[in-house]
Amino acid sequence: MNLAEGVQIVSFGLLGLAMIGAALGVVLLQNIVYSAFLLGGVFISISGLYLLLNADFVAAAQVLIYVGAVNVLILFAIMLVNKQEDFDPIIGRWVRQGATALVCFGLFSLLGVMVLQTSWSSSTSGAKPAVDTTVLLGEHFFSDFLLPFELASVLLLMALVGAIVIARREYLPEEIVSPQQQPPLTLPERARQPIAISAGTSSSPQSTSE
Amino acid sequence: MTPGIDLQQRFIETLRDLGLPQGVAKVAWLPLPMILIIIGATLGVLVTVWLERKISAAAQQRIGPEFAGPLGILQAVADGLKLVFKADIVPAKADPWLFTLAPVIVVFPAFLSYLIVPFGQNLLISNVGIGIFLWISLSSIAPIGLMMAGYSSNNKYSLLGGLRAVAQSISYEVPLALAVLAVVMMSNSLSTIDIVEQQSGYGILGWNVWRQPIGLILFWIAALAETERLPFDLPEAEEELVAGYQTEYSGMKFGLFYVASYVNLVLSALLASILYFGGWDFPIPLTVVSGWLSINETGPIFQIVVASLGITMTLLKAYFFVFLAILLRWTVPRVRIDQLLDLGWKFLLPIGLVNLLLTAGLKLAFPFAFGG
Repeated sequence: MNLAEGVQIVSFGLLGLAMIGAALGVVLLQNIVYSAFLLGGVFISISGLYLLLNADFVAAAQVLIYVGAVNVLILFAIMLVNKQEDFDPIIGRWVRQGATALVCFGLFSLLGVMVLQTSWSSSTSGAKPAVDTTVLLGEHFFSDFLLPFELASVLLLMALVGAIVIARREYLPEEIVSPQQQPPLTLPERARQPIAISAGTSSSPQSTSE
Repeated sequence: MTPGIDLQQRFIETLRDLGLPQGVAKVAWLPLPMILIIIGATLGVLVTVWLERKISAAAQQRIGPEFAGPLGILQAVADGLKLVFKADIVPAKADPWLFTLAPVIVVFPAFLSYLIVPFGQNLLISNVGIGIFLWISLSSIAPIGLMMAGYSSNNKYSLLGGLRAVAQSISYEVPLALAVLAVVMMSNSLSTIDIVEQQSGYGILGWNVWRQPIGLILFWIAALAETERLPFDLPEAEEELVAGYQTEYSGMKFGLFYVASYVNLVLSALLASILYFGGWDFPIPLTVVSGWLSINETGPIFQIVVASLGITMTLLKAYFFVFLAILLRWTVPRVRIDQLLDLGWKFLLPIGLVNLLLTAGLKLAFPFAFGG
């Protein structure tokens, strides 16, 4: 065993421990903010595993997207709704917990069977690590993985349009209408006033209220 | 193009001649460039702090620091020593774990990003294939640390500052990445070495600044916002938020935030010089100079001169950008948060996309000039 292999084994062990520990912390800790920060640790450890697998671009993308965007978004959501509130005890909670345990155990056994059934020997021996991973990834994206790639972009576009529809409601209603009065498939919104053209550039309500 | 000096090869060969095995020689080499770069980055911070004080003083017609060393050059060292010896206070109602971890998370990616900064053909720690993308992805870790600092301080100003810092850095990451992407498209590679190589050969005329003027302005605005320099220093706006997320910090924990912000500034300036000003390239191609003076290009003295000139040029260009940032600090007033987000999303993002489209079109139309 030379130096590189030793470093790989040690870092694999450390990354695995960090990942499992952080993931258990995400699930088991009571404080949701700790869970969110530990989730960032899980993502970083996963990107470290990608690095060990010679997938450097995927590792960097993992950090950029999951740590830099998804985790930050989760933290933002927690910070904006972080109200100290005790939850009411739910009747029949054990049914939900039992169902969750069943699903988790099923998923775990499925993955375990998959790990045991797959013959991993072929991937470790012959295949050489790609030197220029970005070129390889690009070629795959525009040949045999074109459809999933384009579908993912359509999905992102849909999410973007949805976010804009919700965020663009500048005319929030003054009184809360009951769900019965609200026309179906619309969000509560006050009728728009025609804005005078001479109002100029400072027409948005945020900038005038300073 | 000559390969230049390969210090690693020579070092390992020398140790092997002394009778050490190959593996041990390589292990002995490994920490050297890392330590050198960490020391260099720290020295860069000290120089930048001194420059900031002196140039700010000049902009306000003051003298600035002058008693600590000649021209006050040791002022930054004195400040740093003061911070080291100050009491390390954790507020009583703060979350001690997150409060301690936050500055570390902010400082770590800033220093790690120096991995990809080249000072010469072989003068960088690691020529990783994803190069510049590594910097973009590493710089997206720091906002988590800022938010951690804001949350754990248990202070309204801190939390607001932390949230602002995060909102700002995610919005300006997009135009920054688009500006970098246009350069990457021209050089067909993410590696910083290849980006500089693609600009070299024609001296000052070959630099990307002539082909990417919009990209340079876009990059620099976004980089200033990422490093929270003055037109965009809303997260620590003194008049509104005391000091933002660092309000409750003192001693060396505050010092780490301070170091991280200056390391990020120097790093952005270095990358601006690499992406747009030809990195270690001299304004006149050195092969032409050696032709005029009829010097042997592979001679050891010429190689050493080229390498030291490369380091000097990289630093000169980087400190030009630092100077620009300090002048901007005393020229442009701070923007409001809605103006900041408007500028980022409604102005810089469309311009970044147009710049990308324009670069792609020009690359197809003039492949000889735009790296086809």
